[in-house]
Amino acid sequence: MEPMTCLETIQAYGLRSLGIGERLLPRSDFTLCQHFTLIGSGMIWNIYFGVLALLFGFFLANALALAKASRSPWTRKPAEWFIFVFRGSPLFIQFFLAYEMLVLLPKAGINVMGITVETAWTTRAWAGALFVLFLNTAAYSAEIFYGALKSVPKGDVEAADAYGLTGWSRFRRILWPTMLRLGWPAYTNEAIFLFHATTLVFFSGFPAFQQKGDALYYANYFADKTFNPFIPYPIVGLYFISLTLLLIWLFNRINRYLNRHLPSNLQGRIRLRAQVIR
Amino acid sequence: MFEYCADPSQLSGLTWLSCYLTTGTHFNFYWSFLTVLMLLAVTAPTALAFGFGGAMMARSPFLPVSLIGRGYIAAVRGVPDIVYFLFFVIALDQGIEWTKHLFVCDDLGQPVWNGTEFRVCPAAKVPLATSSAIWHSAYGFATAVFTFALVFGAFAANVLYGAMQAVPRAQLETGEAYGMTARQVFRRILVPQMWVFALPGLSNLWLILIKATPLLFLLGIQDIVYWARELGSAKTSGNNPYPHGDWRVFYFLGLLVFYLAFTRVSEIVLGRLTQRLSSGQATLGGEQLRKAGA
Repeated sequence: MEPMTCLETIQAYGLRSLGIGERLLPRSDFTLCQHFTLIGSGMIWNIYFGVLALLFGFFLANALALAKASRSPWTRKPAEWFIFVFRGSPLFIQFFLAYEMLVLLPKAGINVMGITVETAWTTRAWAGALFVLFLNTAAYSAEIFYGALKSVPKGDVEAADAYGLTGWSRFRRILWPTMLRLGWPAYTNEAIFLFHATTLVFFSGFPAFQQKGDALYYANYFADKTFNPFIPYPIVGLYFISLTLLLIWLFNRINRYLNRHLPSNLQGRIRLRAQVIR
Repeated sequence: MFEYCADPSQLSGLTWLSCYLTTGTHFNFYWSFLTVLMLLAVTAPTALAFGFGGAMMARSPFLPVSLIGRGYIAAVRGVPDIVYFLFFVIALDQGIEWTKHLFVCDDLGQPVWNGTEFRVCPAAKVPLATSSAIWHSAYGFATAVFTFALVFGAFAANVLYGAMQAVPRAQLETGEAYGMTARQVFRRILVPQMWVFALPGLSNLWLILIKATPLLFLLGIQDIVYWARELGSAKTSGNNPYPHGDWRVFYFLGLLVFYLAFTRVSEIVLGRLTQRLSSGQATLGGEQLRKAGA
């Protein structure tokens, strides 16, 4: 067989992680181009998991933070427990547990008022793992937002009271923007490490059907085949460093928007802090 | 274990469960919890040592050393740690075998990386193919500890570096004014005072380290995740005296509870430790303690 040019390789494997293109993965004579293309194709899944979990998680996190700050124990306690369970246990175990629970759902589907709801799709990574990541990031973010809510300056709230703002409008105009502003640097870290955590998905029970996996799945495939870890893993590293830089840039822009009313010498820059595995 | 367990097929209810939970494989499962604790006990001080070294290097006035220290801290933070775990398991193994290969093997003409193979002579294998199983698991465990220490050392270095910077400059200058050398200032003034600043970060790191232990499974160690999968999977009466369906969900639920309890206990202990270290310090926490006592 003619060796493929790099362009042909990209055409064949660029969307391999979605099941488009060449069916068989390369088996011998691995080129650098194949490494970059396949691992890059796997990054589609990392971005998919990260973006959607972050997006949905943001809303749940706000609700949870408010619930945790609430005075009524009926809303506070469940939120506290939810946050404790998801922050206190390893994400790896959460993935395993969720997968085993989803597998136990009846194969034929669940009958809800005459309509049969399929269950097989929930054991697939795109749904099951996304759901776990969504709950997990919601718990971590909720703790961040809760801490930020508690540190809203007293004067801000008093000023709102003086202007006659109460209830929902006080929350929407004063408390919520300030909470976001204060929590944003920590939330940026959370976002970065959520993207890092997406690499766990295909190593934790969720199978990669027809070898459709994420970046680390393909890197691991190459390392297993070539016995050479010095090429595929640094490539994953490279992709993730670029992704991290992109995220920092994006979140910094939002940070600047949130802090736009402050004098420029008070607008803090986002600092990366170590907070890694969940 | 118990005498009435001789014929499991006759048992039912709690007696069945008591026999089931005391089989040999279950004791392997219980031992693997000790493996996890042992890993934590060995890794935490090692990572702290790595972190201390990294932080000292990053603070060095000599630029190349400082760059190495900073590079070490930065590299681990931009890349998912699981990548490092998967990478170091093979890279360390190959590095050790390759070094040994250079010393003990005769034909060094052959390339070590040959196509899709990594080939060293039998004498250079670590551990040797002839050595007993215990050496193989000990070697696996040692590489795991080293990998964990390397990755978490970078995080610890970051925390300790920040803590060293946080010690008030005036304290160090006072030491210098008394005629202490740079080394004496470091040992007698900086290091004793930095711990209270490092503690919040280190506590956080400890909780993260606990939650990273299931990744041992990925390093090929028979840890609690391995045994939970092994024991929980469905057993038929043909090959097992204790047949049961797919019970993995219960085993993982057990692991979840174990980790939650461990985290909670750690949080309480670390909270007490913070209180203890804060007393007498010129920090907000120390001031609160002073007021509470007065």
